[in-house]
Amino acid sequence: MADLALRRIGKRFGNVQAIDDLSIEAASGDFIVLLGPSGAGKTTTLRLVAGLETPDSGSVHIGGQDMTATAPALRDVTFVFQQYSLYPHLNVFDNLAFPLRSPLRKKLGEDEIRRTVHEVATMLRIEDKLQSPATRLSGGQMQRVAIGRALVRKPAVYLMDEPLSSLDAKLRNDLRLELKRIQQDLGATMLYVTHDQIEAMTLATRIGVLDQGVLVQVGTPRQVYDEPVSAYVASRLGSPRISLVPVAALAAGSSGLRIPHSAAQAGVRAEHARLSREPRRSGCVAARIKRAEQLSDQHLVHLQLTGDHELVADARGYTDALEPGTEIGVEVMRPLWFDAAGQRIASV
Amino acid sequence: MAEIRVEQLHKAFAAFTAVRESTFTVRNGEFFCLLGPSGCGKTTTLRMIAGLELPTSGRIFLGNEDVTFKRASARDIAFVFQLFALYPHMNVRKNIAFPLVSQGMPRTEIDQRVEEAARILRITPLLNKPVSGLSSGDRQRVALGRAIVRKPLAFMMDEPLGALDSEFRELMCQELRGLHDRLGATTVYVTHDQREAMAMADTIAVMNQGVVEQLGPPQQVYEHPVSVFVADFIGSPSMNFLPFEAGLATDARQIMLGDTHVDVPALREDVSPRPLLLGVRPEHVRFADASSIRAEVLGTEYLGTSQIVTCHTALGATLRAKLPVEVPAQRGDQVGLAFDAHALLLFDRATGRALHTARSEARTAPGAAHHG
Repeated sequence: MADLALRRIGKRFGNVQAIDDLSIEAASGDFIVLLGPSGAGKTTTLRLVAGLETPDSGSVHIGGQDMTATAPALRDVTFVFQQYSLYPHLNVFDNLAFPLRSPLRKKLGEDEIRRTVHEVATMLRIEDKLQSPATRLSGGQMQRVAIGRALVRKPAVYLMDEPLSSLDAKLRNDLRLELKRIQQDLGATMLYVTHDQIEAMTLATRIGVLDQGVLVQVGTPRQVYDEPVSAYVASRLGSPRISLVPVAALAAGSSGLRIPHSAAQAGVRAEHARLSREPRRSGCVAARIKRAEQLSDQHLVHLQLTGDHELVADARGYTDALEPGTEIGVEVMRPLWFDAAGQRIASV
Repeated sequence: MAEIRVEQLHKAFAAFTAVRESTFTVRNGEFFCLLGPSGCGKTTTLRMIAGLELPTSGRIFLGNEDVTFKRASARDIAFVFQLFALYPHMNVRKNIAFPLVSQGMPRTEIDQRVEEAARILRITPLLNKPVSGLSSGDRQRVALGRAIVRKPLAFMMDEPLGALDSEFRELMCQELRGLHDRLGATTVYVTHDQREAMAMADTIAVMNQGVVEQLGPPQQVYEHPVSVFVADFIGSPSMNFLPFEAGLATDARQIMLGDTHVDVPALREDVSPRPLLLGVRPEHVRFADASSIRAEVLGTEYLGTSQIVTCHTALGATLRAKLPVEVPAQRGDQVGLAFDAHALLLFDRATGRALHTARSEARTAPGAAHHG
């Protein structure tokens, strides 16, 4: 049984089709990350599940029941927002206990509340802060409490809207792994929204890529990275970003690439472009070095192909100097082909 | 165009010292990043250079002129803030022209400058549009236009990309660096995001508690951090630190980590017995079944070309490894770890200082890559 099912959801705000015919299902243990730039419809989807928005069409099922018309408080979900909102007059313990003391829920004994709060606080490593006022915490601690408040209840679905994006980079790295471990340990069903591709790749069991309200691909991070359905999806994942060039730019020289008939564009990931000293060697596309850059452990070279198109290649393992202006060959392995509309074409 | 010289700059707010005796030079035409966590004094330093804050002591030179106590308006500097405040009732052209109009510049010259700025920023088609309907990126470009139209001696930028989403920030990084390459104007850029600094800067000044802890080109700071703080702050995921205790003599090439001998770059100083740290970047960790450094895999994070594997070592420390995706790793796996000896760093745990080794001598070797 799916903990969460969205069936053919549509939602319009004025002239904007925010969500267009969106369907997705999630079962226990699923960590689904919705990825897309601002305005893609990620947050609207979460709000529809939570009941903070009502769909124009389609239905929302939680825990096997149709909840489309059910009030937010009666849906079995918890929501963590980007901006942690804690009760400033309560200490950490009471903030965490708050959802358990809600009059809408079955009354729990204080012993059980204490046990649950301690369990969650230990998991999030804030057990030594339980008596601190919420306002005395650092940003990272506050966000842990906010996440903890979602964890103390055991809802059918956890909803999270960029919960890590207001934290600094280091803390984000740490909390990311913690969140994933907790989700795995609880076997929780998670619907998580972000515009950060690293979060999406590292957290998700499945990524859903949104483009202007349309769910264009759902798959494991590896599927979405290796087999994107379109140029749009291909450019969402991967750092450096995939190079998209017209097929004509790869046809120059003696690349030997078998370009599918309807292909208009090729997508080449940096790790699939291998440099060669010989610009005219068979199997290579002729290129000219624009500039080399070294970013931490990444060693990249920006190449200019015929017609002023840029291709970024991974230069690790290439020992010659990378002088701007030098002619060089580049062997393109496993290019992705896209038609004029940007849709992926299978290789020939 | 101008060089900026900061000498013994000091700023105290009541009992709190925000900036401590800072001295550095921003070369003419350089893209200079002040990098550090919040509260390290980077914004205060920038505001003093711009004249928005007066130093408690020290001097600031812009070109050859001492501007320490000059008002902001009398310094020929343009400031770009994180929150781009545009005039909502004016269109793009009027917003960009505004600083020139208030200077009383002749109309034809204003038009020419605005057109030029718009061309550099590639926003010519937007010139007659209202600013209210613009995307956040275009708004930021307009804000930049308002800064470059004045042709100031230098640009001050305070986290100008902080409000943008991550995908877009990456694009704007390239754009800002491209803009800098076209204009060649001296730029001081403040950020807490080490990726931005690494991607754009000619020189990074890493600040910690009011002090410039290290100054150098991005790759040098990455490969040869002078302290635990810098090593930890630069790089994502950050460097692993494994604690051990030892006394080491010059030319020593091995340390003991638990019961394991670990090869390290040859020491270039004598170190009396004390607590030390072994610094290992995640990309310098490998799985090696035979190794006696044992660990359990806590989790893996897929990154497309590589994966981050977090391990709990039998020595007690948690450690991250950046490995090719083909390497099998699953939560719960028992593995052995090995390190790339030539890339290891050693630190004094009490002071945080990096020890001198054969590796730090390599610092003077020519860098493989430059911007531009």
